[in-house]
Amino acid sequence: MNGAELRARIERLGGAVTSHVWRLGFATRFLGYLVLHSGTALRRFRLTVKEVYFAGVLSLVIILVSGLFVGMVLALQGYETLQRFGASESLGVLVALSLVRELGPVVAGLLFASRAGSAITAEIGLMKATEQLSAMEMMAVDPIARVVAPRFWGGVISMPLLAALFSAMGIFGGYLVGVQLIGVDAGAFWSQMQAAVDLQHDILNGVIKSVAFGIAVTWIAVFEGYDAAPTAEGVSRATTRTVVLSSLAILALDFVLTALMFTGGKGG
Amino acid sequence: MNRSTIDLWVGIFVAAGFAALLFLALKAGNLATFSTTQSYQVQAKFANIGGLKVRAPVKSAGVVVGRIADIRFDNESYEAVVSMTLDEHYTFPRDTTAKILTSGILGEQYVGLEAGGDGVMLKNGDRVRLTQSAVVLENLISQFLFNKAAEGNEKGNEKK
Amino acid sequence: MQQPQIVEIRDVSFGYDAARPVLRDIDLEIPRGAVVGIMGQSGCGKTTLLRMIMGALRPAAGTLRVLGRDTAGLGREALYAMRREMGMLFQFGALFTDLSVFENVAFPLREQHGELPGELLHDLVMLKLEAVGLRGAAQLMPAELSGGMARRVALARSIALDPRLILYDEPFTGLDPISFGVISRLIRNLNDSLGATSIIVTHDVQEALGVVDYVYFMAAGRIIAQGAPDEIRRSREPFVNQFVNGQRDGPVPFHYAAPSYAADLELAAT
Repeated sequence: MNGAELRARIERLGGAVTSHVWRLGFATRFLGYLVLHSGTALRRFRLTVKEVYFAGVLSLVIILVSGLFVGMVLALQGYETLQRFGASESLGVLVALSLVRELGPVVAGLLFASRAGSAITAEIGLMKATEQLSAMEMMAVDPIARVVAPRFWGGVISMPLLAALFSAMGIFGGYLVGVQLIGVDAGAFWSQMQAAVDLQHDILNGVIKSVAFGIAVTWIAVFEGYDAAPTAEGVSRATTRTVVLSSLAILALDFVLTALMFTGGKGG
Repeated sequence: MNRSTIDLWVGIFVAAGFAALLFLALKAGNLATFSTTQSYQVQAKFANIGGLKVRAPVKSAGVVVGRIADIRFDNESYEAVVSMTLDEHYTFPRDTTAKILTSGILGEQYVGLEAGGDGVMLKNGDRVRLTQSAVVLENLISQFLFNKAAEGNEKGNEKK
Repeated sequence: MQQPQIVEIRDVSFGYDAARPVLRDIDLEIPRGAVVGIMGQSGCGKTTLLRMIMGALRPAAGTLRVLGRDTAGLGREALYAMRREMGMLFQFGALFTDLSVFENVAFPLREQHGELPGELLHDLVMLKLEAVGLRGAAQLMPAELSGGMARRVALARSIALDPRLILYDEPFTGLDPISFGVISRLIRNLNDSLGATSIIVTHDVQEALGVVDYVYFMAAGRIIAQGAPDEIRRSREPFVNQFVNGQRDGPVPFHYAAPSYAADLELAAT
């Protein structure tokens, strides 16, 4: 490849990087504007409540069912390994800690991103494509305050609740399989769990994670919808981007937060 | 779907979410680090703390009476300085011994307190004088090998 | 001072990027009470001009005065204040798909006037729907409406706040002949009964010429002809002539630029 081609390729690469950076900056300003103009969403709380319904309540089925199954699988897999070390009584600890610290926030976040996140993006994108957002602008109503902000807060409120429900269902699923099916002692199951799971260290950190994921996923969802090209193809691409970006963001954030919260601890 | 139905479902959803959180907090976890009971702090120095970690329990007679609050290194005496937070309901004499023990064979390590006989009790900020360090596996193994070698030598000497 | 012109545009130029101007040296004025048409081929810049009148775009050069305000210096609040006196009908209606017909028309009323008593709001909405002939459809959802009906509901919504200036973006696109007639008569009647001014951007020549008082003709970002409908019909200007009479060939050629036909068929190669 000659010099000119090489140069063209590098220019394209640089262009791609700058455009991504530019987009990130735009998205951040968008978030700032959105938060500043959330007055309507909070004063007319009805709007936000409606969005909590669409993002949270309609995700309940998938969250609860998935939570149950994940908890049951954890118990099955966990028992298989633990009983080799004679530690099968720690099954409750294994299930609870895995869920509360990691699987609850992360899996619930991923499910939320694909179900609610994509729906939000599609909705906002379609409103943009059919000029509904412009119509609102023309009627002197700020579409970001009226349409985007309630969806953002609806998602942020729903996410931690969904993660908690996921973890609770998972623990219940673990109990069903571990105690009822396999026969681990119920007393040991619960008492060891209670001894090992700490409110501040484990549960609170799990909640913090789910709040962070909620903000990340909903931010990506509303931004992609708002920024979508106003055509059918543009909306479909934006929806795909939401799911992919949100999933990556959750996993990356999870790593960072886990490293901050859970590693080491002072001592030996 | 009219407004009141939506409100109803959202209300149920939020209530269920909070109930799940409550369940996790109360039934699945413990409130140890959120305890509001009054407590006092004492310190102890160890030559080796082994695998002891912050938040590990402090037990006496097997019952949890407190938690490890902090672990530091004293650069002058080259010893580990462990700060313990004890429940104020439990007082210990000044000549109490603090030992680093292991729960089970391969379990986590904790500090066990064995009460002495002194009439004066430990107060906030006091130091536990008598301590016993953790058992370090490598030292144990090398000691065992050394003993075995010594035994072998003796037997060898006896035969001669 | 009495300001008879609702819209005054002087020497306005604009381009989305500096290299390709979309509008060049536009001079335009719209007197109060008139129904004015802005016509031209797709891509001639008429929709961009409409966006500028709306305040969504700022001119790169020149001045644009709408309802007595210079749009260049308007902040968000002032812009919204200006828009409260305007109504806009979008190309396909842009109705809010999750709200009923009634709620769509009530939307601007609710947003601007907060706590209107339910009875008053109801009557106002019914008034507007009656004006477009759709009072009976108040409880339908937008998905259940035909194209023409949706357009009429959008029209009712755009006049909900009794605007002084009404903008129409391609109002006749995709309508059947009956709806054509309905919409064009509505545009005229509403304009006159509200004492408002209307601007119609369209390329539906025949229908528009029957409604408007004055026409501005645009091509390639410039105004190339203007006048009353009759003058336009009789115009000798080649482009206007081709447009009004729907001729196949003229200043706008039938054939897209291509090399010689013989060369393409490789006749020369034999």
